[in-house]
Amino acid sequence: MRTFHAAAAPHLPSKRTVRGVMSQVLLALVPGIAVHAWLFGPGIFVQIVIASGFALAFEAALLRLRGRPLAPFLTDGSAVVAASLFALCIPPLAPWWIAAVAMFFAIVIAKHCFGGLGHNVFNPAMVGYVVVLISFPLQLTRWPLPRELSSGTPGLDATLQAILGGRVIAPDGIDALTGATPLDAIRTGLAEGRPLDTVLQSPVFGAVGGTGWEWLAAAFGIGGLYLLWRGIIRWQVPVATLGSVLVMALVAWVLNPETYPSAVLHCLSGGLVLGAFFIATDPVSGCASGRGRLVFGAGVGVLTLVIRYWGGYPDGVAFAVLLMNMAAPLVDRVTRPRVYGT
Amino acid sequence: MKPVVATSEPAPKTPPVADRIGERLYRFDGGLRLRHNKKIACRDPVARPALPAELVVPMRQHSGPPARPCVAEGQFVLKGERIGEGPERGAHIHAPTSGRVTSVQDRPMAHATGQPGTCVVIRPDGEDRWGERTPFPAWETSDPAALRAHIRHHGIVGLGGAVFPTDLKAGAATVTPIHTLVLNGVECEPWIACDEMLMREQPRHLVEGALILAHAAGVERVVIAIEDQMGAVERALAEAAAELGGGRCRVVKVPTVYPEGGERQLVQTLTGLEVPAGGYPHDLGLLVQNVATAAAVRQAVIAGEPLVERIVTVTGHGVRHPRNLLALLGTPAAHLVEAAGGYTDDAARLVVGGPMMGYPLGSDAEPVVKATNCLLVLTTGDMRPPQGELPCIRCGDCASACPARLQPQELQFMARAAQWDAVAALGVDACIECACCDLVCPSQIPLADWFRYAKGEVRRVSSERVAAERARERFEAREARLERARQEKAERLARRKDKLRDEAGRKRQIEAALARAKGTKDPSAEDEA
Ligand code: SF4
Ligand code: SF4
Repeated sequence: MRTFHAAAAPHLPSKRTVRGVMSQVLLALVPGIAVHAWLFGPGIFVQIVIASGFALAFEAALLRLRGRPLAPFLTDGSAVVAASLFALCIPPLAPWWIAAVAMFFAIVIAKHCFGGLGHNVFNPAMVGYVVVLISFPLQLTRWPLPRELSSGTPGLDATLQAILGGRVIAPDGIDALTGATPLDAIRTGLAEGRPLDTVLQSPVFGAVGGTGWEWLAAAFGIGGLYLLWRGIIRWQVPVATLGSVLVMALVAWVLNPETYPSAVLHCLSGGLVLGAFFIATDPVSGCASGRGRLVFGAGVGVLTLVIRYWGGYPDGVAFAVLLMNMAAPLVDRVTRPRVYGT
Repeated sequence: MKPVVATSEPAPKTPPVADRIGERLYRFDGGLRLRHNKKIACRDPVARPALPAELVVPMRQHSGPPARPCVAEGQFVLKGERIGEGPERGAHIHAPTSGRVTSVQDRPMAHATGQPGTCVVIRPDGEDRWGERTPFPAWETSDPAALRAHIRHHGIVGLGGAVFPTDLKAGAATVTPIHTLVLNGVECEPWIACDEMLMREQPRHLVEGALILAHAAGVERVVIAIEDQMGAVERALAEAAAELGGGRCRVVKVPTVYPEGGERQLVQTLTGLEVPAGGYPHDLGLLVQNVATAAAVRQAVIAGEPLVERIVTVTGHGVRHPRNLLALLGTPAAHLVEAAGGYTDDAARLVVGGPMMGYPLGSDAEPVVKATNCLLVLTTGDMRPPQGELPCIRCGDCASACPARLQPQELQFMARAAQWDAVAALGVDACIECACCDLVCPSQIPLADWFRYAKGEVRRVSSERVAAERARERFEAREARLERARQEKAERLARRKDKLRDEAGRKRQIEAALARAKGTKDPSAEDEA
């Protein structure tokens, strides 16, 4: 006779792990990060390292404080994903303390004050971003011009000096730092009373989106498709987000092409593609059921446009995501599917 | 006879579901494509292992209450002799071989609960001598009820895992109109191949059994459902079905997705309908039986042999020569593993059933029972590494995988909080414990285990509530009775007092009258007057 150790079914290893999922997300960000670095220089790498460092440090401190084991939670990858997403949202030469402040709010307030991994109501990366966007608008709106519009990207030395020392040395003077993003250009152009088609003559606009920015959007899109293919994210959120923006922007553009930019321009500029594939798809703060995700994504898309059209900020993805985070539990409750046989 | 005059009822626009079964397949929600791992056990034909030294035959091999042993220690039994008397909602148990009963005692037995139960232990005499075999003549023209009684007599239960007595399930047909017998040959769990081997090797027996079962249930049509990856099986079955069943019997291939073999999912795939919550396929006019059950029915009716053996797949990376064995009920698991070449060095877990829903055995001394379709020996490499569970990240993968359209992430949250009412409201009763959710969960939460537990708790709470309700009613009834008694007592007392008062008053009146009669003046009587 032989005895065996008993454990409950299923007797198979599970198909994936949290760490695996987070690694896939990071992998999917690689094309976007590469294009970002090509357009704006190595700043993004420095920002990711700084933000991740602060995120992990805060994570460790809070885990210790809450008496939780460090190893499983520090290695689950969620903090690094949040830090990377945040880094992709801010200007690459923003000073280091921006990331520090943002990660404090992301990890300490948005994540651990709500109960840690899995319990946060709000998307930590977006909480961090919105806090610094509101508190330090100057640092957060100083985007450099992309490679095509400037005389080159800063080297690593200059980048480090700018981020760590706050001394900005651009290859051809101040211009490299004060270029408007396409959405900024539209907003200020319209505010100055210029008709949209003359605004769009500006070199910051490329073939379909912003010059350079359209490449960035495409790279995030490729990463997003990869996540879809691997089954890490589901189609509902990106389709609903981009779809609702397309439809709404198209209607607005048809009604009044003088003031409303085209739907494609909207989709490909700002943080929309990144948001649709990487941010609004955050499981913890989003919806869990298929129909719930459709509602969530559509909400993000519509709110983004509302903010872009009528709000106080050129882009609205972060605000839209946070607003929908609040609605997610309710959406989940009302979209719960009918149970089999009932 | 049909009425000649047209009735007011309009003719049905679409043909009834019955005629369309198999023409088009529907999808069930969720499910997973799993590595099949079946071929490894299908290389050799089904073989009969040597007689074990001892057979341990549990009295509980069916759903419902256990059978009562009807043999004594020391008694000699022939193969097929009844050794356990089945209760009304249970099944009889028969001696798997000839030999001497060495004891009737409590032993641990292969059952999900792991509880020991009464077993009849038989030492085979090595001759495997049959007692009287009782075929059922001319079943085609027989009374279905008599046929069902014969099936019951031979201890047949559902061999797909639920082990519900077959006669009762077929008999339920007389209450609801059943139109189709669905034979479930969809063995969706990885590794298990006993039904596939049966269909391959005995297609004619199986079809014959299906026709008998259909007759016993008063059903015309038979649909045999198999997986679309069972190539050889389809041809063999289709030939047998055409030859024996005429137009009544058809073979339908369904997609190989786990848990397609679940009764509810199979019904959904075939008809697009959902079995109502708390109900059975009966409610949709379907009788679903496992293919092995049909073969057992055929044995009972044509050969007159009770259910004393079944095909068991002995497989997994933990056995040297995985294969299918025709095992006598009561054969210890160790004996079958031995017959399959023994354990490999890294064998680490012994499971009855498949890797998704099977339950682990604590020891290989436990015997094969009617429900044992597979003995799966896993190695450490096959199993879940002992890895920390993380909190739910609400990814919803579990919900997408759930064939019952539940929201496991919400269920586990409520179950952890012991909110049994909320768990019940979220529909935990619809959970078929298939473990799809569990397998996809990135946080490694043992969801299926939680839900097995939660279902038990929900049942406990509701029965406690019923009990409490009854107790309350009893208490109130008692209070009411006591109150009534009190009132009656008070009334009686009051009446007595009245009576006494009356009597006292009368006495005074009499005295007064007497006094008047005597002529003496009574001042008090004067006042009163
Ligand atoms: S699969 Fe696991 S982590 Fe994902 S929602 Fe379900 S329970 Fe939570
Ligand atoms: S075990 Fe239950 S909850 Fe999980 S997938 Fe299966 S039916 Fe759904």
